[in-house]
Amino acid sequence: MTATAEPEVGKARLRKEDARLITGQTRWTDNIQLTGMLHMAVLRSPVAHARIRNIDCSRATAMPGVAVVLTGEDFAAEQGSLPCAWPITEDMKSPPAPALAVDQVNFAGEAVALVIADSPYRAADALAEIDVDYDELPVVLDLEEALRDTDLVHPDLGTNKCATWVFDSAEAGSGTNVEDEISSAEVVIERTFRQQRLIPSFMEPRSVVVDPSAGMFTIWSATQIPHILRWMLSAVTGIAEHKIRVIAPDVGGGFGGKLQVTPEELLCLLVARRMGRPVKWTESRTESMLSGHHGRDQIQKITLSARRDGTVTGLKVELLADMGAYLRLVTPGIPILGAFMFNAIYKFPAYRFVCTNVFTNKVPTDAYRGAGRPEATFAIERMMDELAVELGMDPMKIREMNWIKHEEFPFNTVAGLTYDSGNYEAATARAMELFGYDDLREEQARRRADGSAVQLGIGISTYTEMCGLAPSRVLGALRYGAGGWETASIRMLPTGKVEVITGTSPHGQGHETVWSQIVADRLGVPFEDVEVLHGDTASSHKGMDSYGSRSLAVGGTALVHAADKVLAKARTLAAHMMECDEADVEFASGSFSVRGTSTARTLSDVVLAAHVAHDLPEGMEPGMDADATFDPDNFSFPHGTHLCATEVDTETGVVKIRSYVAVDDVGTVVNPLIVDGQVHGGLAQGIAQALYEEAVHDEMGTLTTATFADYLVPSAADLPAFLTARTSTPATSNPLGAKGVGEAGTIASTPAVVNSVLDAVRHLGVRDIEMPLSPERVWTALQGRKADDAGEVAAGGLGSIDAQGGQS
Amino acid sequence: MHISVNVDGVTYADEVEPRLLLVHYLRERLGKTGTVVGCDTGNCGACTVHLDGHSVKSCQMFAVQANGHEITTIEGLARDGKLHPVQEAFRTNHALQCGFCTPGMIMQAIDLLADEPDPDDETVRKGLEGNLCRCTGYQNIVRAVQDAAQRMKPGAGPKIEQHSDEHVTAKQPVGGE
Amino acid sequence: MIPAEFRYLFPSTVDEAVRMLADEGEDAKIIAGGQSLVPVLRMRLAAPTALIDIGGLTELTGVRDDGDSLLIGAMTTHYEVQRDHLIHDHALLLKLVTDTVADPQVRHRGTFGGSLCHADPAGDLLAPALALDAVMIIAGPGGRREVPAAEFFVDYFTTALAPDEILIDVRVPKYTGWGAHYEKLNRVAQAWSIVAVAAAVQVRGGTIEAARVGLTNVGSGPVRAVDVESALVGQPVSAIAEAALRASSGDGYKDNLARVLTGRALTAAVAG
Repeated sequence: MTATAEPEVGKARLRKEDARLITGQTRWTDNIQLTGMLHMAVLRSPVAHARIRNIDCSRATAMPGVAVVLTGEDFAAEQGSLPCAWPITEDMKSPPAPALAVDQVNFAGEAVALVIADSPYRAADALAEIDVDYDELPVVLDLEEALRDTDLVHPDLGTNKCATWVFDSAEAGSGTNVEDEISSAEVVIERTFRQQRLIPSFMEPRSVVVDPSAGMFTIWSATQIPHILRWMLSAVTGIAEHKIRVIAPDVGGGFGGKLQVTPEELLCLLVARRMGRPVKWTESRTESMLSGHHGRDQIQKITLSARRDGTVTGLKVELLADMGAYLRLVTPGIPILGAFMFNAIYKFPAYRFVCTNVFTNKVPTDAYRGAGRPEATFAIERMMDELAVELGMDPMKIREMNWIKHEEFPFNTVAGLTYDSGNYEAATARAMELFGYDDLREEQARRRADGSAVQLGIGISTYTEMCGLAPSRVLGALRYGAGGWETASIRMLPTGKVEVITGTSPHGQGHETVWSQIVADRLGVPFEDVEVLHGDTASSHKGMDSYGSRSLAVGGTALVHAADKVLAKARTLAAHMMECDEADVEFASGSFSVRGTSTARTLSDVVLAAHVAHDLPEGMEPGMDADATFDPDNFSFPHGTHLCATEVDTETGVVKIRSYVAVDDVGTVVNPLIVDGQVHGGLAQGIAQALYEEAVHDEMGTLTTATFADYLVPSAADLPAFLTARTSTPATSNPLGAKGVGEAGTIASTPAVVNSVLDAVRHLGVRDIEMPLSPERVWTALQGRKADDAGEVAAGGLGSIDAQGGQS
Repeated sequence: MHISVNVDGVTYADEVEPRLLLVHYLRERLGKTGTVVGCDTGNCGACTVHLDGHSVKSCQMFAVQANGHEITTIEGLARDGKLHPVQEAFRTNHALQCGFCTPGMIMQAIDLLADEPDPDDETVRKGLEGNLCRCTGYQNIVRAVQDAAQRMKPGAGPKIEQHSDEHVTAKQPVGGE
Repeated sequence: MIPAEFRYLFPSTVDEAVRMLADEGEDAKIIAGGQSLVPVLRMRLAAPTALIDIGGLTELTGVRDDGDSLLIGAMTTHYEVQRDHLIHDHALLLKLVTDTVADPQVRHRGTFGGSLCHADPAGDLLAPALALDAVMIIAGPGGRREVPAAEFFVDYFTTALAPDEILIDVRVPKYTGWGAHYEKLNRVAQAWSIVAVAAAVQVRGGTIEAARVGLTNVGSGPVRAVDVESALVGQPVSAIAEAALRASSGDGYKDNLARVLTGRALTAAVAG
């Protein structure tokens, strides 16, 4: 065994995953073909709220290739209710959530019937032959309207209000009373922001295959959470957990969108059980958009109090959060994940957060990249700009005077968290230098003076976030239904090769590469000698999966601990083999030696000795494998400074990002290539929220943006090149010093862009523009009008495709 | 209907329903699952293959329309165990994360480089406007395509699939050319 | 998403295609490049009983020089239009507009004639066809007929083509030496135009001798800005700003875009 020449941690290793992905040798769920496999197609409600009067399946059932057509009545006795694992309050209202609607549909896109056929084509044909009679009910769409309870989404609940969750710093003892601060403040600023509804838009549509043969249910699913899925499917169906095996093969992105126990996963399982044959379901993009959970969708009323000198004194946050029609896996908890982040990097003495969760007849919401923290970061970073404007101060100066200084860490925040490390000054200084802040301000002044048609704006976002989810005791205190630990196993094979089993479930993040780097470093084995196994509950039997930027900080730490256990045992055996005192054994570069002698045994020698077990110390078990589970005692807190310069064409409203600088402190970096990639992708999604994306329901509750022609995911041609750099203050909550990077770019960038656009046009009388900042909205704001006055939104889109088509 | 299609150098003769999409023919009938379906409307480009040397979206045409034509997929790029320079560049520039868009992105990048052998940043971005990626923010994809352009310069290694332009012009004469 | 079943016909001549259309009746549909039609079929927004694939009619591809005009075969792909020397020299506007159509993959399959027949008011090629006085040459059971663009585009997704007719050629007068520009505003690169303006100008010695201006996606079909055109004739280039205001009189966003983009398109056309 050769020692690695340089440390693996910090090295820009090319990814192990790529070989199969760039050659098409992939294992997507939809690639799986099993003998005798049936195909499931789902009929979805075209209406948002209705009683189902009748479903006529007779014609569909008679279609060629159709095995069976099933409705909610067929499953009423066995489908139970889809799980919600986060009842945020004791009195939270939680309606039954059938996978297949039984007598009522509550959003357009909800599943109402299934066709099971021998091919997807024939299943689609039969779907078109099912007749459903609906008695339409009034639709509840607007959040504020919904709170009046005039019409009810779920009449049995008696209200559209799901729950109200409160944090108050005076009650918690983490700060003073915010009402006192506001009433005595020199400056009070009150703003309302809207977080539009977004669609996660992972590129791989969801897909499920269930094989009921051999006394087991083997489930392949395009999921982020194979372990949670197994647990929940067992809980809902009553199928014994050990009779369910879940495999997440290659998974094409998730962004929170595949952090779900979906109706279709449950239905495939029930159908496979009923038919005794393998069943596959793969969604179309439109199905994905109509039925996969959405993200964001909040109205945020923010009140900030400050002194005239710019010192902030209080922050009050009142949220309305749209649950959609049902509570999915962690729906009600998403806005609560933001509760601890509105105060951000600033030293507010007083803080109050009240969130009211509301039901509407829309697609359920749930996790989407950032989950709660982007909303919080947007609101506070917009407010800091508003305060700067109000006081006539430079927006960076006002941040600087209020943020936590680097020497003040660890810092107990008004929201009750302890930020372990950070250096906002360093990240900001680096960003300002890369950005050319002063030059851009000069140019901005010039353009304003010239009255140029194209105005320049500068937007700042000095963000932090909490990730590394999470200390289990904190999750318990928040009434979350599971823990936040993560687990890892190391199998030392007799030839010296290493198998790593992780409870994380990567879907693009590159864990196979990074986990190999960590183990190679710790054990002194070559990077190539490590194989990472994941995403199969048969090989990786426990884990909490991948979301919330947790995998490295929590799962990577479990791996470090497992490696340390291997080394500890190997050290004992090495001492035995070298006939020395264990205290005299040194380990370096994959080799044990006796201090001050040339006697040495490689780790490989020791592993082999443990494997053959011919001569082990008294009481030592054969083998050199180790398991470790890590439960963090704190979150981790990445932070950074993002600066965005936009050019706003005041004649057309078009926004162009001229430059974007992101300086992030994500703690210790294991693989800089992968970290940069995570930041780039995060930026793209955050920028897309600011400028492009919005899930729109019409007044009937129909989603009008259910294709990629209508829901505007930006292409390469729509995004700028980013300038990224890093500063680093290692996290103290884990031995790697890693903080997490999966969501940072998304969380930081949205307010940077919006602040920038407003900075460009504020002198022209614009105070705010709702996201996404479409050209029409920007132009309308410049005319001094409200967005509603602009008339019909101008667009192409498939909404405009005529059924008759044409020669094309 | 009977069709004969050459896919990645092998000629297949099959009976297909007229409505069978080319991408489903590739995936379900030929087992060419490297080419994937990402949307219904021709926006995402994940299904991009080459038809007679030019990039097309294989979910936007029927298998019957490929009758008598040549298709190249991501699985037909590597020659003699050696990756295409664009594949290699995607790996070395970390131009993929989940990898779902990657086959289509690579096929379109090869097409782009056939027309634009030394593209600047904007040309690459415009040339990839029909391919969506949700992971990378495109930054490393743009870099990879430019890197591949350098690798594919005359004398910089094997020129695979760089001749699609002449190939097609010869087959379908265009007035004036 | 999976289309409904249809019968597939593959004619080898235009006359055969016309016969097939007549035989199949109104539920038959021509498929050319299919780049707009296939998504419509996949989403089952249309379910024709038969598709007549004119992809084999090589006589309909390519651009020919026909004296004072060009004849563009209906099946000429966007990709071919972009690279055609005759179009570059005599109808530059068409090239510039085609450069912006959809994306490269779609331009490899999608056809010039197909886009015109689809008649999506947000489609890019309608406005230049109208502005350049293109004439549609149509084959039907009764023989050939010619329809000027101004009469061809009837309404949203509706043309003057009868159900048993096929567009075979488009005649475009030569605009040799004219400056041209297409100013397109869309939200993302792939999206349809919110508004776009196609402009061609003939300038001699600083004086505009003639101008053609077509607007995309401001109505149920392409709109020709005749007031702008006439306001420019005989005027110096500096008259563009004033003339562009005649592109629309309303105060909505699209009206504003029509004016702003017309000014920009004309200015760029003159400069180019």
